[in-house]
Amino acid sequence: MTAIDVGSAGIAGATAEFRTCGYTGLKVDLAAQRLIKANAVAAVIFLLLGGLMGLLVALTRWPAVHLLPAEWFYLILTGHGANVLLFWIIFFEMAVLYFASAILLNCRLATPKLAWLGFALMVIGAVLANIAVLQGDSTVMFTSYVPMKAAPHFYLALILFAVGALIAVGVFFGTLVVARAERTYEGSIPLVTFGALTAAIIAVFTIASGAIILIPTFFWSIGLISDIDPLMYKVIWWGMGHSSQQINVSAHVAIWYAIAALVLGAKPLSEKVSRTAFLMYILFLQLASAHHLLAEPGMSAEWKIVNTSYMMYLAVMGSMIHGMTVPGSIEAAQRRNGFDKGVFEWLRKAPWSNPAFSGMFLSLVMFGFIGGISGVVLGTEQLNVLMHNTLYVPGHFHGTVVAGTTLAFMAITYLVLPLIFQREIVWPKLAQWQPYLFGIGAAGISLLMMGAGTLGVARRHWDLTLTDAAHAFEYPPAAFLMMGLNGLFALLASAGGVIYILVVVATVLKGKRLDTADVQPLTFPLHQGAKTVSEYGSEGTVKLPGTIVLVGIFFAAFVLYYFVNWKYLSDLWLFR
Amino acid sequence: MAVTPPDQKIWWNEPIHRLELGWIVIAFLWGLFMFFFMIAWHFIGDQNLSTETYRIQPSAFEAKVEAFAEQYQVGEESGVPVVRPPAGEDVFMLARLWEWWPVLELKKDQSYRIHLSSLDWQHGFSLQPTGINIQVHPGYEHVITLTPTEAGEFGVICNEFCGIGHHQMTGRIRVVE
Repeated sequence: MTAIDVGSAGIAGATAEFRTCGYTGLKVDLAAQRLIKANAVAAVIFLLLGGLMGLLVALTRWPAVHLLPAEWFYLILTGHGANVLLFWIIFFEMAVLYFASAILLNCRLATPKLAWLGFALMVIGAVLANIAVLQGDSTVMFTSYVPMKAAPHFYLALILFAVGALIAVGVFFGTLVVARAERTYEGSIPLVTFGALTAAIIAVFTIASGAIILIPTFFWSIGLISDIDPLMYKVIWWGMGHSSQQINVSAHVAIWYAIAALVLGAKPLSEKVSRTAFLMYILFLQLASAHHLLAEPGMSAEWKIVNTSYMMYLAVMGSMIHGMTVPGSIEAAQRRNGFDKGVFEWLRKAPWSNPAFSGMFLSLVMFGFIGGISGVVLGTEQLNVLMHNTLYVPGHFHGTVVAGTTLAFMAITYLVLPLIFQREIVWPKLAQWQPYLFGIGAAGISLLMMGAGTLGVARRHWDLTLTDAAHAFEYPPAAFLMMGLNGLFALLASAGGVIYILVVVATVLKGKRLDTADVQPLTFPLHQGAKTVSEYGSEGTVKLPGTIVLVGIFFAAFVLYYFVNWKYLSDLWLFR
Repeated sequence: MAVTPPDQKIWWNEPIHRLELGWIVIAFLWGLFMFFFMIAWHFIGDQNLSTETYRIQPSAFEAKVEAFAEQYQVGEESGVPVVRPPAGEDVFMLARLWEWWPVLELKKDQSYRIHLSSLDWQHGFSLQPTGINIQVHPGYEHVITLTPTEAGEFGVICNEFCGIGHHQMTGRIRVVE
């Protein structure tokens, strides 16, 4: 690799090929475009695989169906976690990073060859991990808690994948430096790029934690290390496991802003507030792995309280700010676009038939109401004992990662297809329904798993009836009902997922090419009647009653649900 | 727009929307409240997970549990000893692939010091239908002072995945008046 060499870097700069985007007039680096395509395609392939595995899991937990035998259930559940939570999401995030750097900054991508090396490592890691899981001796679940042991190549696969991702993050940072040096933009980086930068910084911390714990675990699995303390493993593993979720949040919040801008011409109400909220993620959430250890022996109550909340829940505050500024900026834009009647005309007359917008808005609402509120409750020191390791936990994170992140990623795909793949979306009617189907399905499985978890149903558990158990125990009938409904909603979400994949694949392969001269240009913002909002700061003069109502409902739901859980807790046996 | 650089280079001096400011204050105060409420519950609440923990070799813990079971055994159930310790006593329960051992018989409204540990992998102590869920580690002896407030049969389910027999792993705690 001679890319570090000054001469060759100069040549790379000189030889980077660009096309001019027909819609935005932006310069698009072809190397970046190819990498975005490759990462997006890889992401969708692993979504297909992981999503199918998820459906099998849901069908097994549906008492009336109980599809897979126990051994396969646990194996498939391990694969489901790795494929959707790691591979789908991180491949897609790499595409987001390249988009937010090279494309939005009008710049060439730094060291495309190195980026391809990273991509290759990620693909090798992801494939190897799937091989390890399917071979059957690495059924250790996504968390792979020691002293349960997987095959050495399972850990090796995750390490390779992480190294690949780290390289891609490095290319992203490099591109920011190049853009600054070559003055491809004026002033500060756009808010969306800032959000992506947040995600990238957290990714470095995440991958470092992963390396610190997975490399010794790999040595342990091949016999070079005799013993790994299970509690120590967990503390560090969650430095990766939780922070990686924070990458997702930063990335999908950046996407919310991007879609609001591209579809409605929305501007952040103030750059200062939105950027500070991103900064809070970097400062206060990446160490909050403590909330995965609240039911654990060995840690003091002080350690748990301080680390889950950082004294005042500053990272939660970051998300609450975005949860207000995103709809706020949409309301401001819509009111300026003329939809100014009453409290909610701006929302009623939003482009609900544009899947990019509907997906984004559903993602925003469900991430807040389902994933966000349940996350804070689950992460409260005492309340955690109520639902630790019950199905409530997967219920919560399907609210964040499926209804939140995955839906947001699907939504932006409907803009990436014309802009980067330069193809017109085939079957627009089908695409129009996709976010609703997937969103309702995702909301259903999240809420029903949370419900079943509240009734005590264990997570990662094959047999709701406990037939083979030494001491019989019966869960309440409502739990059976919920797990049946959960299966139905999983079918709905799967239908949404299948439509998404069909539309993407068909569009990439067969969609009408948009890079020829005779195409109708798309004008941004896309929404009819939308025009770019004029001045910064002038948003201060716009009244936003709709957003006030929305955040009011959110806050009321939050407070109510929080205290309902304290009431549940106070009814338990006494323990201290 | 959010996809282009800020129009004004000095964006950090722009005014903040009133609604934003109000919401930030609310979120901040609510965060503070939630923080202090966790601390307050240690004083006003009766459900706070103990942090009393000792390091112990699995074999040493196994010996302790067996001695305990032998001393207070009153019967047998599905091949597992049923143990009725006196109120206020130290009580032991071990987790191993794939059982909770032994069966405990406790008295309502009496306090017991429950010692939990695992002999092999991690397990999840899930007392149902009450809903008390505690992680159990090998090598760590976790002592929880527990006071049952209702009589009846309670299941202990494993809710940390522990291999192919995970769903067979149950135990029992009986609470008598």
